[in-house]
Amino acid sequence: MRAERNPLLIGLAVVVVAVALAFLLSNYHLFQLTMVVAYAIAILGLDMLTGYTGQISLGHGAFYAVGAYVAAILMANFNVPYWATLPVSAVVCAGFGFAFGFPALRLGGLYLALATFALAIAVPQLLKYKLLEDWTGGVQGIVISKPDAPFGLPLNQDQWLYLFTLAVGVVLFVLARNLLGGRIGRAMRAVRDHGVAAEAMGIDIALLKTRSFALSAMYTGIAGALGAIAVQFVAPDSFAVFLSITLFVGLVVGGITSLSGAVFGAIFIVFLPNFADQISKAAPGAIYGVILIAFLYLAPKGFAGLLRRLVGPRAPHLAAPASSTPAAPPRPARAKN
Amino acid sequence: MKMDRRTAMIGAAALGAGFMPRLAFAADMPGVSASEIKIGGTMPYSGPASAYGADGRAEVAYFKMVNDQGGINGRKVNLMSVDDGYSPPKTVEQTRMLVEQEGVAFMFNGLGTPTQTAVQKYLNMKKVPQLFVATGADKWGDYKHFPWTIGYQPSYRVEAQIYAKYVLRTKPDAKVAIIYQNDDFGKDYLNGVKDIFGDKYAKMVAKDISYEVTDPTTDQQIVILQASGADTLMIFATPKFAAQIVRKVYDINWHPTQFLTNVSIAVGAVIKPAGVEKAVGIITGGYLKDSTDPAWDNDQGMKDWHAFMDKYMPGADQTDGDYIYGYAVAMTLAHVLKQCGNDLSRENIMRQATNIHDLEIPMLLPGIKVNTSPTNYHPLRQLQLARWNGKTWERFGEIIEGAGA
Repeated sequence: MRAERNPLLIGLAVVVVAVALAFLLSNYHLFQLTMVVAYAIAILGLDMLTGYTGQISLGHGAFYAVGAYVAAILMANFNVPYWATLPVSAVVCAGFGFAFGFPALRLGGLYLALATFALAIAVPQLLKYKLLEDWTGGVQGIVISKPDAPFGLPLNQDQWLYLFTLAVGVVLFVLARNLLGGRIGRAMRAVRDHGVAAEAMGIDIALLKTRSFALSAMYTGIAGALGAIAVQFVAPDSFAVFLSITLFVGLVVGGITSLSGAVFGAIFIVFLPNFADQISKAAPGAIYGVILIAFLYLAPKGFAGLLRRLVGPRAPHLAAPASSTPAAPPRPARAKN
Repeated sequence: MKMDRRTAMIGAAALGAGFMPRLAFAADMPGVSASEIKIGGTMPYSGPASAYGADGRAEVAYFKMVNDQGGINGRKVNLMSVDDGYSPPKTVEQTRMLVEQEGVAFMFNGLGTPTQTAVQKYLNMKKVPQLFVATGADKWGDYKHFPWTIGYQPSYRVEAQIYAKYVLRTKPDAKVAIIYQNDDFGKDYLNGVKDIFGDKYAKMVAKDISYEVTDPTTDQQIVILQASGADTLMIFATPKFAAQIVRKVYDINWHPTQFLTNVSIAVGAVIKPAGVEKAVGIITGGYLKDSTDPAWDNDQGMKDWHAFMDKYMPGADQTDGDYIYGYAVAMTLAHVLKQCGNDLSRENIMRQATNIHDLEIPMLLPGIKVNTSPTNYHPLRQLQLARWNGKTWERFGEIIEGAGA
């Protein structure tokens, strides 16, 4: 009973605080938080595939880019309202992910990582492709307008966009929690931990893996659409190969197979580059690297693991129930194929 | 208890990451106090284009020197140059941080076409000047749609106009072949040639042909161009392709008069891979003094620059042209700020930035001047041609200006 209530209350409290922030922070910080929510959704999508199903992907920037471009093209060329672009991005990316899931079936572990990495390298170039240029705007990209708050709500654009993105994020996180905590989530973990055993128990591995790919791509694609609306601009350079690596960093730093970890990871990837830049203009990349290594050394299981460790010993009577929540399985942060 | 602590931690993390000090400033002159003017800029200090970060470091160092000498009109210049990693979403974030949190007076010399495009609409809506963007695209002179955005260096289009003008002047019956990269970069050049040739384009140009960035080679295009019977070749290609083209032209024993975009004149990246002797005779255009050119050994401007580099950027590679560029553009800004006097409102800054007449900057080639007006948002529109002599780019002829403002 307690174990059921606690995460729910925590989640509610987080949402209340997050909504309150819309009225406390400046527009610029709301923009940053909007990006945090978008990246958190993207990392959650990556986590479903890499964390839960054990399929390493270094190419989720590609799905993020496709989602972003679908939203931008619909808004700029077809005058579709911003909110209506999300389901389209979701469907397109799910289809894209499902299709990519088939060849990925034959590839395991590191080979899959490389194949997805190739995807991340290919997509920015494809976006510049001549035949697509009328839609994608080529290297110039597409500039889109920021939406106003509907129904005459007394909110400015940044407040509204933040709350809208937050609402989408909350819905997606709740859905993910139910899915991953239930039968399908258990099947995904079974496939990750021992494929043969999972198959013996009647799980259709091929179907599960391709569907995980589709679901994962769908989440990341929706995140891309939300990010594009917030940034008001898409261009091939927005989705360079480093984006995929950044999402992967967010996943690992946040903590694999953890819903809260996705949020922490997103906070990390949004704010760390700024912090590194403040320390050194000469080599912000090196500072970033040093912080990352130090962090992984101090918190090998990510933020989520660190939190569990900090909270755990002081409240030992709660440790066991906490680990049974879907957000916090006590598995090592390592994907097996 | 546990819930409270967790909630508090999450809240604290979100807040701690978010809050930064906010400063108060006069409503009509944002970013300006009695003793300081605050300016913002975004640069790729990290990421794929981080070599260009030298530009931003030179600017920051330049204003440190200006401040050591007492500032401008009694105010220190505080240039907050931040990293955007050449990633447009990051540029948006950093630009908003500078404008909304730090309250800078304006944005200066942001680098990159996609990155600056991402914030152009935002800055124009907020009426924040976007001064002297560091990109060669032609679109930064669009004063009708974006009155708060102004470019700096000669655009690709202006450069092509200059080559076309030179051809018309020296060889009016030339048969021209053009190879260009099929994107906005290449098309800017093609448009520049069209600006000058006008109706005569069809007659002058025997063949224009494009290649894709994804093409493995451009050999076939070169063979087609040679077959067109052209005696002049214009190469509007990025470095890798430029090297291929220069070599192929030589190898098939074709000897047209060649013009090469100054994007691709780096000796290490283009001329050496193509073959130092195969590139002899190629013509390009430039506007900055080259620190490796012995002609400037006794030039006062170059001496001042070396002294500046020694004192404010010790250890930096003084053959890197980005430091010269950064120094020149910072000096141009210093002129604008001086011209503003005590009225540092955004309106006046924009007015003065678009009201520069025949400004000479010591690191620009002699005769090249900065000129702007409310209907001319292209500050530099002149080049001097140079020819590869097997060792260096040797300047020749007079300064040539692009098509009318």
